[in-house]
Amino acid sequence: MKTIKILGTGCAKCKQTETIIKEVIAKEGIEANVIKVEDIQDIMAYNILSTPAVVVDEVVKIKGKVPSAQEIMAALS
Amino acid sequence: MFDWLQSFADWLIYQVIGIAAESQLGVALNFFVYDVLKILILLFIITVLMGIVNAYFPIERLRDFLNKRKLYGLEYFFASLFGAITPFCSCSSVPLFIGFVQGGIPLGVTFAFLITSPLVNEIALAIFLGMFGIKFTLIYAITGILLGMFGGMVLGKLKLERYLSDWVQQLIQNKNKLQEDFETENTPFLQRLPYITQEAWGIVRSIVLYVVIGIAIGAFMYGYVPENFFERYLGDGQWWTVPLAVILAVPLYANAAGIIPVIQVMVVKGIPVGTAIAFMMATIGLSIPEGTLLKKVMSIKLIAIFFGTVTAFIILSGFIFNIIFTTL
Repeated sequence: MKTIKILGTGCAKCKQTETIIKEVIAKEGIEANVIKVEDIQDIMAYNILSTPAVVVDEVVKIKGKVPSAQEIMAALS
Repeated sequence: MFDWLQSFADWLIYQVIGIAAESQLGVALNFFVYDVLKILILLFIITVLMGIVNAYFPIERLRDFLNKRKLYGLEYFFASLFGAITPFCSCSSVPLFIGFVQGGIPLGVTFAFLITSPLVNEIALAIFLGMFGIKFTLIYAITGILLGMFGGMVLGKLKLERYLSDWVQQLIQNKNKLQEDFETENTPFLQRLPYITQEAWGIVRSIVLYVVIGIAIGAFMYGYVPENFFERYLGDGQWWTVPLAVILAVPLYANAAGIIPVIQVMVVKGIPVGTAIAFMMATIGLSIPEGTLLKKVMSIKLIAIFFGTVTAFIILSGFIFNIIFTTL
């Protein structure tokens, strides 16, 4: 089971990212634990410069944009 | 460039709908149709162009550039310029801020970036271009970049590091462990283009509503508010309009997309250009929500110094514009 973290301070783009990730994993039947990280100190531990960012099993896969469904699939595979 | 759009708006309003060109309603509706279409087209083109620029200069690379090169004072200029070309999202300003200081970039240089980033962004530029034309857009962009540069220099001189939150100060202390991990994408341009246009389309779609509302208010004023209405109260020679406009604008958190069309009409109706530009800069560049976000990384005192410095520079630019444009 994968752990997907969505890093973002609660802006609109971060919420979009969360929605689309939940849609993708529901549709593809992927078992994953989706966690939203909103605390700035925790976010900065991943050394990113722009949010939203998506972290899969502690590796930053996507940053600074709302990913498309294909990008999420690629990040999860 | 947009003559065909004007012809279309004329045709639609005066012939198809059949409202007289002389009527106030006709003028307002024509203005609305023409401007909404023009702005949306420009927005799309400019966000695509910015998307292309950003694909080649991701923010990580810009930080690297600022960090590794010896720039002999020009780092303020570059930081400000990079702030202008990177897309702005208020939710990214805090991670950016920390990422910069953590990477060893001086606080003043980081501030230069932080000032220009919201002030000169693709949305503001596109709408500015649509409403005011190329000359004003260039003046606006250049002023914004200079303002960020000088603002950053002043803030850099003040030695403000001690007003950062404790945990941020600690981050600065252990800045050495930063690794360079930006991936250089080697995807060919043509394969990236669809993604960039898709992204641009998303941006345009997300602000369409603000554009429509802003232009609707502008169109109403255009058709119904008498010529030189504002001039009587706020026209030339009233130097205090600049600070007043700026102070009113700082707490306002308006979308550039909504505010610029309204301001343009106010200029047409007699508000001095410098006052208008200062008002816009204050609305777009400084906002209470941004201040509250920054509270996580700096003390209230530092936020106040930051906002105060930027406000002062905006007021100054307003004065300068008013002098330039009344003598021109």
